[in-house]
Amino acid sequence: MYDGGKIITGLIIFIVFMTFPIWYNHGNAGNIPKPEKPQGVTQCVKDTAYMRSSHMVLINEWRDEVIRTGNRTKVTVQGKEYDKSLMLGCMKCHINKKKFCDECHLYTSVNPYCWDCHFLPKETI
Amino acid sequence: MNVKRRDFLKIAGVSAIAGIGIPSALNMLLKGEAKATAEAEHQAAPAAHGGGHEAASTAVQLGMVINVKKFGEIKGLAEKCIEACHTTHNVPEFNNPKDAVKWVWIEDFEHLFTQQNRFAEHNALPFLTLCNHCANPPCVRACPTQATFKAPNGNVIMDYHRCIGCRFCMAACPYGARSFNWRDPREKDAGGNLKFIKKLNLDYPTRMRGVVEKCNFCAERVDKNLPPACVEACGDTKALIFGNLNDSNSEIAQVLKTTFTSQRKQELGTKPSLFYII
Repeated sequence: MYDGGKIITGLIIFIVFMTFPIWYNHGNAGNIPKPEKPQGVTQCVKDTAYMRSSHMVLINEWRDEVIRTGNRTKVTVQGKEYDKSLMLGCMKCHINKKKFCDECHLYTSVNPYCWDCHFLPKETI
Repeated sequence: MNVKRRDFLKIAGVSAIAGIGIPSALNMLLKGEAKATAEAEHQAAPAAHGGGHEAASTAVQLGMVINVKKFGEIKGLAEKCIEACHTTHNVPEFNNPKDAVKWVWIEDFEHLFTQQNRFAEHNALPFLTLCNHCANPPCVRACPTQATFKAPNGNVIMDYHRCIGCRFCMAACPYGARSFNWRDPREKDAGGNLKFIKKLNLDYPTRMRGVVEKCNFCAERVDKNLPPACVEACGDTKALIFGNLNDSNSEIAQVLKTTFTSQRKQELGTKPSLFYII
């Protein structure tokens, strides 16, 4: 191999550089997000595991049910009725977007565009 | 192997004829069969669809009667309807006709009823107009993403999440009932106040730049058995009558039975659901 020394040195520098985030943090995942749960209620419309992984699916399904079929029947959990709506449902309990939504969305670098049209609770835009 | 040129040519000729002839003959036979089965199906199909004739629709089709005479009598009522609609749905006011977003608006007679003569009496009347919620809506066919669709109650409504802003629907709509958001409706001035939405309704979203929007016949209210905002704004004046056109007992059906009404550009076959008493 011509210039073997240079190539191998280059490769080592490249690998060290690319894996910088991993060894710099010693395999630590950083500050785990702790979304603030709403007070006064113990049960969401689905179980926590489902909501954690698939809340976006549920929101999409709600949207299609509500606008495509006009089915606006409320979801009842523990005797409390919830609108199938982001603004009029979810955000009535999860009143703080910064401490709930953004906690995980920032951590996972997800940028949903909900708030281009929908309103945050009690927000003056 | 010793083949004479003469024999070779004979074999080649017969093979060529067979090669071309047999597949085409088979094709013709197969096609004949396919045609025969298609005919059999065609004969069975109309029986399954009520004899193949278009039956009177029993589906819900919401519609509206606009009594323009009433709007002429009661000054400011039309503006009140517009105000009610636009504050309910956060419709922005861009103060520039090129950017204008219209859900319900006042238009000249000659722009609405292009096929009819204009008389002096029409000049003074405020012709309120909105989306026709056609029974045969051209915008729905034009939409490539099914963002615009016909709801089960006959409303032509939009799912703004799916709108890609191609504006095919605007080109397709013969009534100019669709508007494009050229600018961000949530634009703020230096003081941080909304420039274009004066009174905010936090229960209904705004739209974003780059989507088309239109009147939704207050789908969010109608589903909760409330009248549309403009109808509510008219109160007991009966200037706007809203209801199911296909229900012969509804108020609107009774009015349509007894009163002469006009529809906009009826000749286009869109089957508009707005009826004007002029």
